[in-house]
Amino acid sequence: MKAGLRRLGLAMAAPVLAVLVAFLVTSLILLLAGDPVVAVWTQLLTVPRPRLIVAIINGASVFYLSAIAVAIGFRMNLFNIGVDGQYRVAAFAAAVFAGQGWLPGLLNIFVSLLIAVVVGALWAGIAGWLKVSRGVSEVISTIMLNAIATGLVSFLLFKVADSTAGSNVTSTKLVPPSSRVPGFALIPGTPNRVYGFVLLAALVGVAYWVILNKTRFGYDLRATGRSETAAVASGVNVKRMVLTAMLLSGAAAGLVGMPLLFGQDFSYGTTFQPGLGFAGIAIALLGRNHPVGIAFGALLWSYLEQQSNGLQIKAGVSTELVFIIQGVIVLAVVIAYEVVRRAGLRMEQRNVARQLDSDQPGYTFTQGAPV
Amino acid sequence: MSTAGLKAGAEVVTGAVRRPSRLSPRQIALMAVVAVLLIAVLRVVTGARDLASSGALAAAIGLAVPIGLAGLGGLWSERAGVVNIGLEGMMILGTWGAAFFGYHYGPWVGLLGAAFCGMVGGAIHAVATVVFGVDHIVSGVAINIIGLGAAKYLAARTFTGTPGGGPTQSPALASLPTISIPGVSPGLATLEQKQIFFVSDLASILGAFVTNLSIVTVIALALVLLTWWVLWRTTFGLRLRSCGESPVAAETLGVNVYRYKFIAVLISGAMAGLGGGYLALVAANIYRDGQTGGRGFIGLAAMIFGNWRPGGLVGGAALFGYTDAVQLRGGGSTVHALLLLLAVLVIAIGLWQLLRRHRVIQGAVAIAAGAIVAGWFFVSDTVSDEFTGMTPYVATLLVLALSSQRLRMPAADGQPYRKGEAG
Repeated sequence: MKAGLRRLGLAMAAPVLAVLVAFLVTSLILLLAGDPVVAVWTQLLTVPRPRLIVAIINGASVFYLSAIAVAIGFRMNLFNIGVDGQYRVAAFAAAVFAGQGWLPGLLNIFVSLLIAVVVGALWAGIAGWLKVSRGVSEVISTIMLNAIATGLVSFLLFKVADSTAGSNVTSTKLVPPSSRVPGFALIPGTPNRVYGFVLLAALVGVAYWVILNKTRFGYDLRATGRSETAAVASGVNVKRMVLTAMLLSGAAAGLVGMPLLFGQDFSYGTTFQPGLGFAGIAIALLGRNHPVGIAFGALLWSYLEQQSNGLQIKAGVSTELVFIIQGVIVLAVVIAYEVVRRAGLRMEQRNVARQLDSDQPGYTFTQGAPV
Repeated sequence: MSTAGLKAGAEVVTGAVRRPSRLSPRQIALMAVVAVLLIAVLRVVTGARDLASSGALAAAIGLAVPIGLAGLGGLWSERAGVVNIGLEGMMILGTWGAAFFGYHYGPWVGLLGAAFCGMVGGAIHAVATVVFGVDHIVSGVAINIIGLGAAKYLAARTFTGTPGGGPTQSPALASLPTISIPGVSPGLATLEQKQIFFVSDLASILGAFVTNLSIVTVIALALVLLTWWVLWRTTFGLRLRSCGESPVAAETLGVNVYRYKFIAVLISGAMAGLGGGYLALVAANIYRDGQTGGRGFIGLAAMIFGNWRPGGLVGGAALFGYTDAVQLRGGGSTVHALLLLLAVLVIAIGLWQLLRRHRVIQGAVAIAAGAIVAGWFFVSDTVSDEFTGMTPYVATLLVLALSSQRLRMPAADGQPYRKGEAG
């Protein structure tokens, strides 16, 4: 009982320690640069207004999907840096289709989601195929594919652009009103609504947990991630696993832009939110690839991002400070986990040694000997 | 989660370990001549003069140097067994350092400042991965975020209100000297103008190296040689590489693995910082937000492409720099000429697969792909601007996919190492 409490204490110690370290390091940087420390923290730590709470939840749902996509790869030791390209190609394809309005209402949404998933998976599949057939490191190929996606999407965007007069924003046709996903009036005190697709994010999170922890496929995937040789010995076709994991990761990445497309922008344009894929990498690491951990990570990320918007006005400090805080948190969390893990290991070793000493003196050495 | 990566797809060497076939200097020289010949033929056939103009080649060198320096940074740390995905962040820190110190104390101090700021990023990575033993990828990703944030934050703090500077860019920076060899440069320039097959192409290549060559390019090339010499010809280098191959074995021989890894990651950061410094001091003469544009990642790709060796790394950086320069200088029409080269190469590979290795499907697919590219070449006159921007990335991907995969990374690359925990 006492040991259990102590273990819980250790598990809680890591995140608390990390947040403290991030707080101290950021304060130190602010002090050294001669910026107002107190004003910055008052701005970052005030209770957000209802409008901002909605924005935080909405932002977190998008980050969550991106982080899950990255985490699928991480669980089997694949580093999918390409979520950034995958979600942009997928969101563009879905936006073009949904904007045409060929199908009525819900059906249009459903088919568009399907298109996003397939396009995202195919784009990631290029990297997967290159890895299994040609041995190209997925780190390189996904970086190259990100850049290629940028060029391809901007080329196609100008081909299909719906140029409305008087606007210099290039974008696809608007999704018809009947195919937009209504939001929830979840937070009182603001007319802003939480994306209906928050549910989609939650659903993907549940699916991620079930597939990885409750299916044979998930077991094989995790086994390959832990030890490739052991997985091969137990009959796992690693090449097929690499390709499948990459396709799944890309499929999840395809969904990243959907809350934005159906809940806010209703089109894909030059102003579509960039950089979601790279945030996903950090959040997946922060949440330790666990669906609940990732949810907290996504909320924290989104909270910092929204709260930092006022920094320039309220404290006269550039909003990019938030990147430093985010980076330090990621680093501090992993360091704290490592320190705590080692402390726990030492504690356990001491416990075992003590028990062996007190319980059965002189017996332990003869127990294993053959009769 | 270890960062060593999966081995699927990579060639599995069984039985006796084969010594990787190394190219002799004569073979490399021959390949270079063939490459120049190929470009010369392509230039004559398509009339795209920018394929081998000394202007395009000078631009190629300018684009290749920062990538090469970032790759060199990756080489140092990965040879000691530490994966460094944080090169981009260290490079960004270098751009700010170059501008800040360059503006206040002159360009030479700026160059040192760039290396120093990159080294600060390297120090963070070293403390996290070597001292605390955390996952290398996590630390690298964090450094990319911190580097980006710190540079933007510091730029806003230090450049706001300076003449010509602002929150997102520095004032103009003084230039570093360039080198021209008197007597040789003009001669080569006239030779290039004559448009003689092969001779002019060779002259323009040599011309690019002896005319207005930035001193930092010379330093970068010297650093490549120095890296090779230190890592492969000194005791220090052997010990450092042993930390990347088998830290446990190194430990039993009395090597202080932590110290070697720490030094390697610090040097890695300094190299990446210099790459950023080149961008700010030489390529642009100014610091701008987002100046690196992912070159740290591309440097990492160039290093992997080069099989974790200095020579290969230079090749990777040169390939990227050349294709990027060609598309920037000549635009659509020059990239259009490269299409013909691609078509011929792919069809040749297809024929080889079909006739020599009897792989019918692969051969047929390659020939069909080549035919499509060739068709594209013949029906169009130019390539759209959005596509030309992709050229260096597509070229890198294609070369990686088409070349055989005999890449071998340091055996213990990316694995956390704890002293005294040999299993």
